[in-house]
Amino acid sequence: MDIYLLEAIVNGILLGGVLALLALGLNLIFGVIDVVWIAYADIVMCGMYLVYWLYTGFGWPLPLACAATIVALAVFGAIVHLLIIEPILGSAPINQLLATGGLLFFLQSFATLLFGTDFMNIGVRLPIIELDGIYISFARLLAFALALVGAVALYFFLRRTFMGTAIRAIAQDRDIISLMGVDQRRIYIVTSMIGGALAGLAACLLVLQYDVHPFIGNTFGPLIFMICVLGGLGNMIGGFVAAFVISQIISIGGYYSNTELSYVLAFTFFIVLMFVRPRGILAR
Amino acid sequence: MNARNAILVGALGILIVLTFFAPPYFMHLLIQILLWGFIYTAWSMMGRFGFVSLGHGAFMGVGAYVPVLLWNYYGITPWLGIPLGVALAALLGLVIGYPCFRLRVVGHYFALVTLALSQVVLLSIVAARDITGGSLGLSQRAVGFSWYALQFPDKRYFYAISLVLWIGGLAVWRSIDRGIGRQVLDAIAEDEEAAAAVGIDVMREKLRVTVISAALTALGGAIYGQYLMYLNPETVSGIAVSLQIVFAAIVGGMYAMLGPTVGALLTIALNEGLRVAFATNFIGAANTIYGILLMLCIIFMPRGIVGLLEPMKFRRAQPKPQEKLAA
Repeated sequence: MDIYLLEAIVNGILLGGVLALLALGLNLIFGVIDVVWIAYADIVMCGMYLVYWLYTGFGWPLPLACAATIVALAVFGAIVHLLIIEPILGSAPINQLLATGGLLFFLQSFATLLFGTDFMNIGVRLPIIELDGIYISFARLLAFALALVGAVALYFFLRRTFMGTAIRAIAQDRDIISLMGVDQRRIYIVTSMIGGALAGLAACLLVLQYDVHPFIGNTFGPLIFMICVLGGLGNMIGGFVAAFVISQIISIGGYYSNTELSYVLAFTFFIVLMFVRPRGILAR
Repeated sequence: MNARNAILVGALGILIVLTFFAPPYFMHLLIQILLWGFIYTAWSMMGRFGFVSLGHGAFMGVGAYVPVLLWNYYGITPWLGIPLGVALAALLGLVIGYPCFRLRVVGHYFALVTLALSQVVLLSIVAARDITGGSLGLSQRAVGFSWYALQFPDKRYFYAISLVLWIGGLAVWRSIDRGIGRQVLDAIAEDEEAAAAVGIDVMREKLRVTVISAALTALGGAIYGQYLMYLNPETVSGIAVSLQIVFAAIVGGMYAMLGPTVGALLTIALNEGLRVAFATNFIGAANTIYGILLMLCIIFMPRGIVGLLEPMKFRRAQPKPQEKLAA
């Protein structure tokens, strides 16, 4: 096989890891609260700026900056839920999507206001690994590994803890859950916090690979919604599969043509699959 | 027409004539308000019945790019190019609408599918950079004043065109609103199965309004492109435009005929006001405030500004906003 094609496939797998991580938090919120945070990728963007500023501006060590960002975004997730989602929880789901769309406008332009539209790079150079003539960025490998760790941790949290069980239960039937003595409001807040924390983790990993700018969310946002829907709502494994399918389409498509066309292909694939398998790739 | 109406129409006519003597800057703002008002109105034709499309950027992009490409490369007059672009957009609406409605892709999912559509169009334009100029944009081949090329250096021509367009848009809105179709669509929005059970061809009605909405959006985009003489994929297609359309329509109020226009007026006035106030010191200030306003609007008045005023004017029984927005 062509070595460059192989490289494209390997890079696709690594990109899939990042996308899967991004989709994970969104998927959780989508599945549990039944809300699409259309500003999710922009929350990640804020996290990237935060890491950037804590690291370069205040000179914090990188791991500390990352940890602080994860905590900050977890809190932010709770704030988003309490201020924006909760007041309109009873209204049509599309209203909640649109309200977070307002948040998207706000975050993008507020970031522009604060930081300008310059591309900023954190300046951490991680090594590039050569393996049999294939070049792999260590940052991507790290992102891939941490995405897997994050997913497994989330899996065990959802399976093995009371809170996790309650979260899964609420995703199945939100009317009956309060009869079981579970505080729905608390679950929603915890879910939003986990979603925010996952966005923070994603931000830490992305900032190592990409320049930060206020509109970087537009690059990932649409992709991760597609992945969530393709994977099937609240279906974590489906989300993973979808992330890898989409990233392979982008990566291999980019190898044969150009980046934009590969994205066009990915979105078209999504539209067609919505019609063929409306309940997600893994749905029976 | 009674005397009161005659006076009203007369006063309005004089006002319109007067605006033709407005300075170019205000003329420019008026044209923008009318054209965007037209596009927002077109979106609301779908939005009010619960089909919240985030794909109107796609229709607008197709409508704007097709005539300019045909003119630049083949010298085909926009008089042919625009109908072609509009027809293509209508076809696109049909192609995306039919399976969506057939398979009951609604609510979130409809929004996300149409969002993907607008990304597809945006990225296709960028990908075909050899022809379209990609993200750098595309300028029309200028020929000076020409009816054939639909190019007028004098803004007043475009003002007249957008005025006609806007009134036409309102007329279409009214005909949907007054026609039997409106009751039918309201019935569908409330309960699709029940509507089908009383013999409504649900599919046909939904497709009809989708195609009309897509076609008008494309027409608005085409005229906008002709007016600006410069197209950029980010300003006529993609998510940003789609969201802009949805939000302005919602802020203005998508259930009233003049709501979307009020949305256009408000957002453009806000943008210009902030731009003048802050000059270029605070890039993004306008959209920051805009974003906050949007969130407040959707949380506190999902029927928009005109929606708030409406109950005072017409004491008609209105469905509750929450039910109405349900998709």
